[in-house]
Amino acid sequence: MNGKCWKFKDNINTDEIIPARYLNTSDEAELAKHCMEDADAGFVEKISKGDIIVADENFGCGSSREHAPIAIKAAGLSCVIAKSFARIFFRNSINIGLPIFECKEAVDGISEGDEVEVDIANGKITNHSTGKNYGAEPYPQELREIIDAGGLMNYVKQKVSA
Amino acid sequence: MGKTITEKIIAAHTDHDEVHAGQYVYANVDICLGNDITAPIAINEFYGAGLKKVFDPDKIVLIPDHFTPNKDVKSAQQVKALRDFSKKFGIKHYYDVGRVGVEHALLPEQGIVGPGDLIIGADSHTCTYGALGALSTGVGSTDLAACFATGKVWFKVPETINFVLSGKPGKWVGGKDIILYIIGKIGVNGALYNAMEFTGDTIPHLSIDDRMTICNMAIEAGAKNGIIGFDDCTKDYVDGRTERDYKVFQSDSDCVYKETIQIDVGSIAPQIALPDLPENTKPVDEVTNVKIDQVIIGSCTNGRISDLRIAADVIKGKKVAPSIRLIVIPATQDIYKQALKEGLLETFIEAEAAVSTPTCGPCLGGHMGILAEGESALSTTNRNFVGRMGHPDSKIYLCNPAVAAASAVTGKITHPDNC
Ligand code: SF4
Repeated sequence: MNGKCWKFKDNINTDEIIPARYLNTSDEAELAKHCMEDADAGFVEKISKGDIIVADENFGCGSSREHAPIAIKAAGLSCVIAKSFARIFFRNSINIGLPIFECKEAVDGISEGDEVEVDIANGKITNHSTGKNYGAEPYPQELREIIDAGGLMNYVKQKVSA
Repeated sequence: MGKTITEKIIAAHTDHDEVHAGQYVYANVDICLGNDITAPIAINEFYGAGLKKVFDPDKIVLIPDHFTPNKDVKSAQQVKALRDFSKKFGIKHYYDVGRVGVEHALLPEQGIVGPGDLIIGADSHTCTYGALGALSTGVGSTDLAACFATGKVWFKVPETINFVLSGKPGKWVGGKDIILYIIGKIGVNGALYNAMEFTGDTIPHLSIDDRMTICNMAIEAGAKNGIIGFDDCTKDYVDGRTERDYKVFQSDSDCVYKETIQIDVGSIAPQIALPDLPENTKPVDEVTNVKIDQVIIGSCTNGRISDLRIAADVIKGKKVAPSIRLIVIPATQDIYKQALKEGLLETFIEAEAAVSTPTCGPCLGGHMGILAEGESALSTTNRNFVGRMGHPDSKIYLCNPAVAAASAVTGKITHPDNC
């Protein structure tokens, strides 16, 4: 998939991704409207489908709210590339099927507005604006099974009915 | 090669004889927890996947604590989802208004969690129960939904950082100051993906309440869990309280730590975390002339009875400054009753504070004390992120209950000795 990149700093927390004032609903469309609102007001107006969030260290720190990756996915963003992720955000993203990649070099090599292509299965990141390629760490087998099933609930469904 | 408590508890909950840091495993949980924000999503996913049976109705805990008593129609619907699910599946641990408390204060208090347990909760501060020598960690709603059905969770076994605490905490210094000091030192991602184990000669000086405050904020350093080994103090707290038999695990003397960090607790002063991250810490004496509009004493971090006692002690016979709104929120109904019995609530009310029924309320900007644009709060809670307590242009300072009470009296951030 291809998308334009939007860059964010270190320690973007879940309150910035989706503020608690909107947590009295779990409606995806509603959450999508407020994606990244307290990090960049008006973010959802300027993005297009398939765009990519690129962030420094510890993206998604703070609360366990799954509303955060849900809001990002529902807003039409295709994936998040960061130097590192907060651990609950990491597992939530795997579990709901939002592709996320840890890659320091890619984050340093991508500027705001760059056109980037991501090969989700292989973690290959291509920056078409600079012509550079990057490889993100591939997922371990245990997580691949969840990703390949299309998320944890599908994986559990398969297991429970097997 | 020896093992850490964290590795031992995980191994005991899998088919493996032992596990090592970095390994991915599926583990059986003793308790899984959800609240009125996270469980409605889990319940939707559970039904959405066509699942019809829960793995064990006694091991699922549903706590509507965030927006309760319900603040609006939407939050009432969310709690109703928990209530209906609990009824349908005979969930043993569901607590409604009048019985409910902030989850991480309620579960240990009611004996639902105990030493050696493996607990997951769809709430990041689930790490609190490490204070009892349990492995507990926050997960997301989908993890919870899967766990409802299977009783299992996937884990990467974390590496452990050993924090060796030495010395006796000074006057006015509690668990909150120790953990804020540590987060100030290592940063909000200083323990990312790792277990934080707390050892050293300070531990016997720390009450279970202090230990819970410390483990509660392990997530604020990015950790998977915070954990303190079982000792006499743990035993006194859990015996006669935990509803299941418990098992004691200790780290071996030759276990492998990723890193060992020495903390001289004897020299720590009461701490303030300045906006907008818990790592922006300073001794309270160095934070001068910061005016605030609201003070909150409560939450899963510092809303326990010992916290209320400390605050009441500071505030007794004094009045809240005219410019300040002081809101005191006992974390559970039992704490509320105890505070009532001891006259603490009267002390607060006489001082012109508002005392609330147990709720998370303002901690996450839910209700019961939202900040307006440009306002500042001093709070005994655990997060001071942008917009956490209301308007994105409001500010939050974090502190212990003694500093909160002293500052409520003077109207600005104040050391308890100076109030
Ligand atoms: S008191 Fe605050 S931190 Fe604790 S569970 Fe409630 S919202 Fe979360």
